[in-house]
Amino acid sequence: MSSINSTKPVGIEVSLAIAEAVKLAEVEVVAAYPITPQTHIVEHLSDLVANGELNAEYVPVESEHSALSACIGSSAAGARTFTSTSSQGLMLMAEIVFIAPMLRMPIVMAVANRAISGPLNIWNDHSDVMSIRDCGWIQIFAETGQEATDLSIIAFRIAEDKNVMMPLILNLDGFTLSHFIEPIIFPEADKVKKFLPPYETSHKLDLNNPLSFGLLGGPEVYTEARRDTDLALLNSRSHVQRIFDEFAGAFGRQYRLVETYKTEGAETIIVTIGSISETAMSAVDEMRAVGEKVGLIHIRLWRPFPVVEFRAAVAGAKNLAVVDRHISMGFPEGPVGTEVRALMYHEKERPRISNYVLGLGGRDVTRNHFKYIVEQVKSLGADKRQGGYEMVGVLE
Amino acid sequence: MNKKVDIVMEAAFKISDLPLGFTAKPGTTRKFKTGDWRSARPVLDRAKCVYCGFCYIYCPDGVYRDMGAEKYYQVDLDYCKGCGICAHECPKKCIQMIIEEV
Amino acid sequence: MKSAEVQFEKITPKTFPKGPDSLASGHRACQGCGEVLALRLLMKALGRDFMAVSATGCMEVCTSPFPQSAWEMPWLHVAFENAAAVAGGVDAGNVILRRKGKLPDKRIPVVAIGGDGATADIGIQALSGALERYHENFIYICLDNEAYMNTGIQRSSQTPFGASTTTSPAGSHSKGQSTWKKNMPAIAVAHNIPYVATGSPAFHLDLMNKIRRAAAIPGPAYLHIYAPCPTGWRMKAELSVESSRLAVNSRIFPLYEVIDGQYILNKKVDQPIPLVEYLKPQGRFRHLMSEDIAKIEERVNHEYEYIVKLSESFVEPLF
Repeated sequence: MSSINSTKPVGIEVSLAIAEAVKLAEVEVVAAYPITPQTHIVEHLSDLVANGELNAEYVPVESEHSALSACIGSSAAGARTFTSTSSQGLMLMAEIVFIAPMLRMPIVMAVANRAISGPLNIWNDHSDVMSIRDCGWIQIFAETGQEATDLSIIAFRIAEDKNVMMPLILNLDGFTLSHFIEPIIFPEADKVKKFLPPYETSHKLDLNNPLSFGLLGGPEVYTEARRDTDLALLNSRSHVQRIFDEFAGAFGRQYRLVETYKTEGAETIIVTIGSISETAMSAVDEMRAVGEKVGLIHIRLWRPFPVVEFRAAVAGAKNLAVVDRHISMGFPEGPVGTEVRALMYHEKERPRISNYVLGLGGRDVTRNHFKYIVEQVKSLGADKRQGGYEMVGVLE
Repeated sequence: MNKKVDIVMEAAFKISDLPLGFTAKPGTTRKFKTGDWRSARPVLDRAKCVYCGFCYIYCPDGVYRDMGAEKYYQVDLDYCKGCGICAHECPKKCIQMIIEEV
Repeated sequence: MKSAEVQFEKITPKTFPKGPDSLASGHRACQGCGEVLALRLLMKALGRDFMAVSATGCMEVCTSPFPQSAWEMPWLHVAFENAAAVAGGVDAGNVILRRKGKLPDKRIPVVAIGGDGATADIGIQALSGALERYHENFIYICLDNEAYMNTGIQRSSQTPFGASTTTSPAGSHSKGQSTWKKNMPAIAVAHNIPYVATGSPAFHLDLMNKIRRAAAIPGPAYLHIYAPCPTGWRMKAELSVESSRLAVNSRIFPLYEVIDGQYILNKKVDQPIPLVEYLKPQGRFRHLMSEDIAKIEERVNHEYEYIVKLSESFVEPLF
């Protein structure tokens, strides 16, 4: 792995690249369960520990539930902590996911987004992470291998920031990103050391200052405790952008809370999350080439939602075509669609909002899907408020 | 807040009162006096006491204090819940549970 | 070094630690709670230089209503079934920070504490995983009050045969709990850990020295502690220590240690008191007829003799 010290791109599987980035972050405890289903992220981390390349404790727990439980323990001990999961594993650990933010434990968790059962399916969509949407973690989506690598380092810097102190989920699409080999430029180790100093905190289990963590909060304080966590999460938004900017200053790659692509003069803006944004960009290029006024927005920071940035990015559009990779059963829309609609409802210049659910359980999403969506938006009636909703490609 | 409608404010803490991570300082339950749970109090006959310490050892609430040179253990009624274990376990039967007057 | 040879500072009547408790007064445990008594003695034996992790349950709820805590050492509670996993994580954190020089070069015991439900039922997977992973400074304490008391006395796998609980009620078609207590110490022993022991608050020096030994021996330890619950057992509050004593002396809760696989019976009970004397003060057994008690007594004697036989057979430690 000596080649990763080069500033030239290296062809590497994205899961392995994330593990290498976590090594560069000098993580101290990794507790993970390798199945349900998993990626090569933690396998490679255990290799790095076994080879002496990473001075860390690797805790091979017996379940995802225990994985995050052990992570809370090691983070509470004051150690920089990482885990990785997906799909059923995230479902199993969900109970603990909701507890970590209140404890303000800056754990970083990579989630290789995959479908949840049933039926059993290990392929990509966003139904795992959308099911824990309200958990209180900072949630970021990576769209490429390079982003996943960079964000794996940035994640610790954000989570451990004195003004933030929140756990962070780094989402990357299972298989379509996690298992692909991509050319990746690794941040130089010495620069990473400067960008991400060792984790030092007084917010920990300390024999010299023995705090109690995880108290009972009765009706007289539960509401305030929940709102306190909510405010901490909301407050992290500006710090996320500040740290993205600092990363850009050090490494030259700039990330934004909401990324825009060819939105200038766009009448219809497609809204995506995750790696399909890359496909969508190609589709936008092709549509733009034949005169379609189409643009793209991909949401990088999912929680806390970048409300201001999102509204600014869609200003002037006549139509939003919001893509969901998760079905919200019993409601005529996917979660991203619903949130976008809620955010725009009170805007003076309100675009017509349509929602398309596609790419469930590993079903391919091609450029044609985005062209189809734009065709659907164009064929909507004259009523400016009446958007469409469709599960794209479903055979009835 | 709409002042026209009264809502019951049950909250005892403001968000600004809450410590980072909802923690507590050690041993702070001492601020909560459990003595008013008691319906009977232990009364020690010091003449019979042999300073064996079983009242101190077996108290679930840790309410007995070692009086050292005076060679007995004194109950702290701020916390004593009146369970009666000390009286039951005393080998010299020199602790009596006396019903509290209301 | 054999675990049995590991030295530790023994507590005697003369050296009984008289300083302030490590578990503060003002906690909200019921009157006469035997569980909080056992916990208080165990914490007192360890002092304050350790870290504690609690499972959700009576001892967690009654000691930590915001903004107060009864714990004098660093303490962490996360959820019901994961105390062992959390404690394993704390230990991993301490181990790496010590290796990196961020913590003093000294072992820090990490003590996970759970009730019988948190240990033997919902948390058994996390416990098994933690014992198997062999965390070096890990001690697990099961405070066994033989049912889910915090939530209203529902039966667990540790509820003894014949006990009436809110989910194993005695009735015209039921004698109460219809199953026998799951043998948790044996399950812990099966993980090939260096130290397993049972303890009882009535035998306080035995109890306190067991956790001291557990802390001194490198590797995981499991302590199964008898924890009388006057509320759940429908028993007078003053009888907690008495019932702890009767449980040992009637053989229903034998005191033993298992060091590197070798069973050691700590208190031989050659002349057991009749089991009925143990059962009678407890309302949960009130419905039992003499033939039911005879059946239980037979089983109790059999299980006790089994421990005796194990303690009489020498086991050459594998490790």
